[in-house]
Amino acid sequence: MLFDLPILSTLIWTPIIGGLLVLMAGEKWARMSALFFSVLTFILSIPLYTQFDVSTAAMQFGELKSWIPSFNIFYQLGVDGISMPLIILTTFTTVLVVLSAWEVIKKKPEQYMAAFLIMEGVMIGVFAALDAVLFYIFWEAMLIPMFLIIGIWGGPRRVYATIKFFLYTFLGSVLMLIALIYMSIKADGSFSLLGFHTLPLTLEEQLYIFAAFLLAFAVKVPMWPVHTWLPDAHVEAPTGGSVILAAIMLKIGGYGFLRFSLPITPDASSELDWLIILMSLVAVVYIGFVALVQSDMKKLIAYSSIAHMGFATLGFFLVFSIIDNTGSWREAALGMEGGIVQMISHGFISAAMFLCVGVIYDRMHSRNIADYGGVVNTMPMFAAFMVFFSMANAGLPGTSGFVGEFMVILNSFKADFWIAFLAATTLILGAAYTLWMVKRVLYGEVANDNVANLKDLNAREFVILGVLGIAVLFFGIYPGPLTEVMHSSVEHLLQHVSIQKY
Amino acid sequence: MQSIYLAIPLAPLFGAIVAGLFGWKIGRTASHLVAIAGVAVAFVLSLIVFKHIVIDAAEPFNGTVYTWMVSNDINFQIGFLIDKLTAVMLIVVTFVSLMVHIYTIGYMHDDPGYQRFFSYIALFTFSMLMLVMSNNFLQLFFGWEAVGLVSYLLIGFWYKKPTAIYANLKAFLVNRVGDFGFLLGIAAVLMYTGSLDYAEVFKQAPSLSGRTMEIFDGHAWSILTVTCILLFIGAMGKSAQVPLHVWLPDSMEGPTPISALIHAATMVTAGIFMVARMSPLFELSETALSFVLVIGAITALFMGFLGLVQNDIKRVVAYSTLSQLGYMTVALGASAYATGIFHLMTHAFFKALLFLGAGAVIIAMHHEQDMRKMGGLRKYMPITWITSLIGSLALIGTPGFAGFYSKDAIIVAVRNSELAGSGFAYAAVLIGVFITALYSFRMYFMVFHGKERMDEHTREHLHECSAVVTVPLILLAIPSVLAGAIFVDQMAFGGFFGSAIVVDETHRIAADVAHHFDSWWGLILHSFADLPVYFAAAGVLLAWFLYMKRPDIPGMIQNRFALIHRILVNKYGFDRFNEIVFAGGSRQLGNLFWRVGDEKIIDGLVVNGSARSIGWFSTIVRHVQSGYLYHYAFVMIIGLLLLLTWVVFR
Repeated sequence: MLFDLPILSTLIWTPIIGGLLVLMAGEKWARMSALFFSVLTFILSIPLYTQFDVSTAAMQFGELKSWIPSFNIFYQLGVDGISMPLIILTTFTTVLVVLSAWEVIKKKPEQYMAAFLIMEGVMIGVFAALDAVLFYIFWEAMLIPMFLIIGIWGGPRRVYATIKFFLYTFLGSVLMLIALIYMSIKADGSFSLLGFHTLPLTLEEQLYIFAAFLLAFAVKVPMWPVHTWLPDAHVEAPTGGSVILAAIMLKIGGYGFLRFSLPITPDASSELDWLIILMSLVAVVYIGFVALVQSDMKKLIAYSSIAHMGFATLGFFLVFSIIDNTGSWREAALGMEGGIVQMISHGFISAAMFLCVGVIYDRMHSRNIADYGGVVNTMPMFAAFMVFFSMANAGLPGTSGFVGEFMVILNSFKADFWIAFLAATTLILGAAYTLWMVKRVLYGEVANDNVANLKDLNAREFVILGVLGIAVLFFGIYPGPLTEVMHSSVEHLLQHVSIQKY
Repeated sequence: MQSIYLAIPLAPLFGAIVAGLFGWKIGRTASHLVAIAGVAVAFVLSLIVFKHIVIDAAEPFNGTVYTWMVSNDINFQIGFLIDKLTAVMLIVVTFVSLMVHIYTIGYMHDDPGYQRFFSYIALFTFSMLMLVMSNNFLQLFFGWEAVGLVSYLLIGFWYKKPTAIYANLKAFLVNRVGDFGFLLGIAAVLMYTGSLDYAEVFKQAPSLSGRTMEIFDGHAWSILTVTCILLFIGAMGKSAQVPLHVWLPDSMEGPTPISALIHAATMVTAGIFMVARMSPLFELSETALSFVLVIGAITALFMGFLGLVQNDIKRVVAYSTLSQLGYMTVALGASAYATGIFHLMTHAFFKALLFLGAGAVIIAMHHEQDMRKMGGLRKYMPITWITSLIGSLALIGTPGFAGFYSKDAIIVAVRNSELAGSGFAYAAVLIGVFITALYSFRMYFMVFHGKERMDEHTREHLHECSAVVTVPLILLAIPSVLAGAIFVDQMAFGGFFGSAIVVDETHRIAADVAHHFDSWWGLILHSFADLPVYFAAAGVLLAWFLYMKRPDIPGMIQNRFALIHRILVNKYGFDRFNEIVFAGGSRQLGNLFWRVGDEKIIDGLVVNGSARSIGWFSTIVRHVQSGYLYHYAFVMIIGLLLLLTWVVFR
């Protein structure tokens, strides 16, 4: 029976093996076979939702096999309400990315497709791994396909961008490895993540470990001031690369805070929560202003991604001030769930925004806002989609973009008025940078001959944007199913961090 | 009844979806039929609801449609609260919307975006209905932003027009400034009551009075005052109160039917509705009420002045809308919520009428909006002329017309108010009456009377518009005359809204006033013993004198008071200030953060800097790696010596 297979392993290895097969299939069959494997993985990931038990915070679909016995390293997998939605987001997005590359990527399509499929498996591995070494291997392995995607199919400054991307992320992860090894020594050689959660650590140890994790995850999210690799990477990456980068890879940073920083070093988190909150608010306000003046569409969306991810990290770290103010960790659930919802929603919206830019980039080969104007005249269908996703990006109610921001802003008021005040400026800034771009790109008279010759969406592009549009609308009108799966896990985590470890 | 409640917003939504997604396929006629049918259904059902709730006096309905989300043990719900306040709003929204839908067939006849337009206005109707039917803050905010979205889309409907796409961005952003406050207000409500449900929040509100919060250390502010003012900032954006009024005049770049529907009759009154809905909260904070009162009074008076110097027919009506919104806000501040809603209703009728009348003139004049090129139109467009006259008379508060009852009630309420700022507010609304009459009849005389100043070609083609345009004008003219007399007893002075509106005992001015009057005609008689009616008459007379009798005088006044004129033409400089300080400032700040913060400091100094310093360091260190054995041996000996010295002398 299909369902007797260990589902998480299947999800990790199907796309990886599939990717290798695509590589062998050659150019002619690359697209069809890649689509087959990505759709297959997506279908296989559905039981993850349908068979998920929302009443427990324990890890589900667990797998445990001895891997490297001499170092006590296990092949241990499992998901809870925090990682499960992220895995489904990954399988969903990969299908769209394969579709988006269909006739656009002419150079070595089989390698391009294979890179994305392999990356899909590795990213699922990151979300599912419950052994620190296994996690670290997936974490680092993830860099390789992305490095290749930007380096081979990227734009003119791709070498600078890849090196910057690699150095930034590598710098962070090395310190994380040291922290993991240190904890394994403290835990008598065990690398079990769940074991780390209950490992007693002094405040000083926690502070060092927290700092190591912070660097690793802050780079990934990315948080100000270690964010400058992202705009460069996005600008140079091909459309599919930008989509995966924004939709999934950034989430891994946020996921790291939830799976590592908060539960392993709760007291250090409590000591330094102001720092994270400050960095998040800088991301919202400072980056909002920076996004406003960008003249390159992809850069603008990249900066807007940073601002939106600021809401995720803000939501996660509100818990300690809320405990101070209200005396109850339960009150913080709204913010943390809001942060997770924001991550999922940003996955859809940023993917859609980058795909929109991809659509017109494929036609005009320019990302420069000034080269456009009056696109709505020649591409009305595309314009309708782009306005819709831009509104979602600006957090309009009825779209998924609203839900997370709304939850986090409501909750941050409980922490401090000024946090809520600064966070809520996104209402103005987000609308300003997104809609100003819309005005300059879409509206107005036809700006030049290139715009006059544009063709509207083809069926493939229509389907991709349509599917994303449905997702954005659905979770905007009915986010209940999304928050339902995370309640138990979030409550468990909040309760865990409210207890002193030493 | 519940399925009726659900059908009211869904019928226009259905029309919007069909016209929007399939309009290209089913064609123009089918699109407008389905959109109009949707709104017509909503209107008929609203009448049934009105009968059920108001005439049969059924219990208010408060129920959930579905649970949007659960988090933190808070149920975020989509649900309806149908009480008398909602019932009145339903009638106003669906009736005006239906009239505008029909009118649009004529007005947008030749527009290539015909189906899109119908889709938008039907979607607007849906959003507005969700807003007024809401029983909680979440859905209120939903509707609130959704009407903002449709307003954005409709102002920029003619997307090739640079002024239109400037205006729609401006409208959206200024509204977002208001929503910024509004959302913080909602967050405060949730924090202190633990719920977003109206019923629950209002139940808990009294227990909050007297409690304080500290926003700035050491300054304890009343929680309710802060919350109410934050919520009111939202209303200031939507209902265009000073200083967030700047978007409304520019919104006139959109097609005229939406100016009537969205920017006069319904959406801009959402803020008024919201504050009235929140009366159980606002009643608990006199500071907030004073704030509301003063903002409203400033808007009522100073926006009226601007109407005097406009030559664009739509802009005159727009400034008059701003000023009238100020009147409604003043009523709210004086705790006369019911009167505010009453004026909202009568205003919706006569202002929609005036806008649609202006639209009819604009069509007839081949999209000429400058009043200086009009004149004497009454001969050519009799129906438009008569209905516009009715609208103007209602607007200035001529005894007997709808606007008279509602405006008079506001003035009386403010006079009796004892809040801080009520003296100023009373003066403002009283002078406002004179100004209103002056600019309204200035427009009326310039358009319909006097010399025919249009060019020959236009004059030859002048004729009354088709029935789809004139019938809505006539249908709107009827309530512009009658709605006041019918509802004045109940709405202005009686307890019409029942439990929907709460007024504190100490603020019950409106009720006191009620003793003096026994009927609608008694009010007319009594008005001649009071000031407003003479102020209005003076305004009309002056307009007649200046624009009919001695048309040379306005120019002289303009030259004589050039400075004042310039201030008025520049709209007190709000636009310039916003353009330079907020728009320009933000761009400069953005550039500063980007060029200096990101590129110079983070990338230049830290990232590339560390790369460079590593490079620099290695070029130096490289010299050590010379490859000569004797160099290495020498370094080893020196090293050994240093080590020994350290061991010996430490």
